[in-house]
Amino acid sequence: MMRKTLFVLPGIAFILLAVFLVRGLFLDPSRIPSPLIGTPAPQFTLPDLGDPASQVTNIDWTGSPYLVNVWGTWCAGCREEHEVLLEIARENELPILGINWKDQRELALRWLAELGNPYSAVGADLEGRVAIDWGVYGAPETFLVGADGRVVWKHIGPLTLEAWRADFLPRLAGQGG
Amino acid sequence: MISRGLWLAAWLALLLPFGTALAIDSEAAFEDPAMQARYENLNRELRCLVCQNQSIADSNATLAQDLRREVREMMAEGRNDAYIRAFMTARYGDFVLYEPPLAPRTWLLWAAPGLLVMIGLLAAVLVIRRRARSLEDEPQEWRGEVDP
Repeated sequence: MMRKTLFVLPGIAFILLAVFLVRGLFLDPSRIPSPLIGTPAPQFTLPDLGDPASQVTNIDWTGSPYLVNVWGTWCAGCREEHEVLLEIARENELPILGINWKDQRELALRWLAELGNPYSAVGADLEGRVAIDWGVYGAPETFLVGADGRVVWKHIGPLTLEAWRADFLPRLAGQGG
Repeated sequence: MISRGLWLAAWLALLLPFGTALAIDSEAAFEDPAMQARYENLNRELRCLVCQNQSIADSNATLAQDLRREVREMMAEGRNDAYIRAFMTARYGDFVLYEPPLAPRTWLLWAAPGLLVMIGLLAAVLVIRRRARSLEDEPQEWRGEVDP
């Protein structure tokens, strides 16, 4: 009896290890879960991309949900997702605040003129400080901020309509917005 | 007499180890060597999140540069190491630290090596004892003693 259980143990250990390893195969290490989810959205005030004399801030935005999209003209994935942002803007679901991350003003303005502008406002984060406050480590990243001013969801990488429908819309419905 | 070129080469060779240490970070060092040592230690503890298997001390990615700047500025403000680590984990999660914190959710992680060694030892003891017992149980004649 004792002998039998001892023979079974390595088998169980192997299966456990295999389960962990198989799970590891399907995890994407480049998608780091954000500790910001559920916490109040970091506040920022940035110079307006189009008019650096005026400012863009999210301080007054509490009360209704909004998106924060971190982008740059140097980022290929941002070009990829731009059409999706335009689509969301056309549907007029909620305002999109852009953070233009470590970019050049002229390039960013030309990008918006050529591809279309889905943003309600764009702040220029030249030094990347606001991006660090949001825990951004690679563009594009998109955050959903709820009506209570808390971060509800973070999407890493180019936004797709599938991800928008699967991850954002249900959470947005929960916001009553 | 040793030529000038040889002297120069010798001096450059002496400087080599310092060259590698300073190659990535192009910012001026802290005036206080203790501060500089703290700064370098912190940088080695923090992961560069875009390059993942490099610390921000090893990487010259833009994000690593920005994070080094944050560390530098917080140190200049007189913040301690715990504050700086908390600043980073509040934004990037525990993943930003090369050494995961000791917390209830990481007890298993930290205890795993010890637990595995214990399991191995236990298995070894059981196997050895059983072998010893089975030897004792064997009939006398099998031990090579010839009956008269």
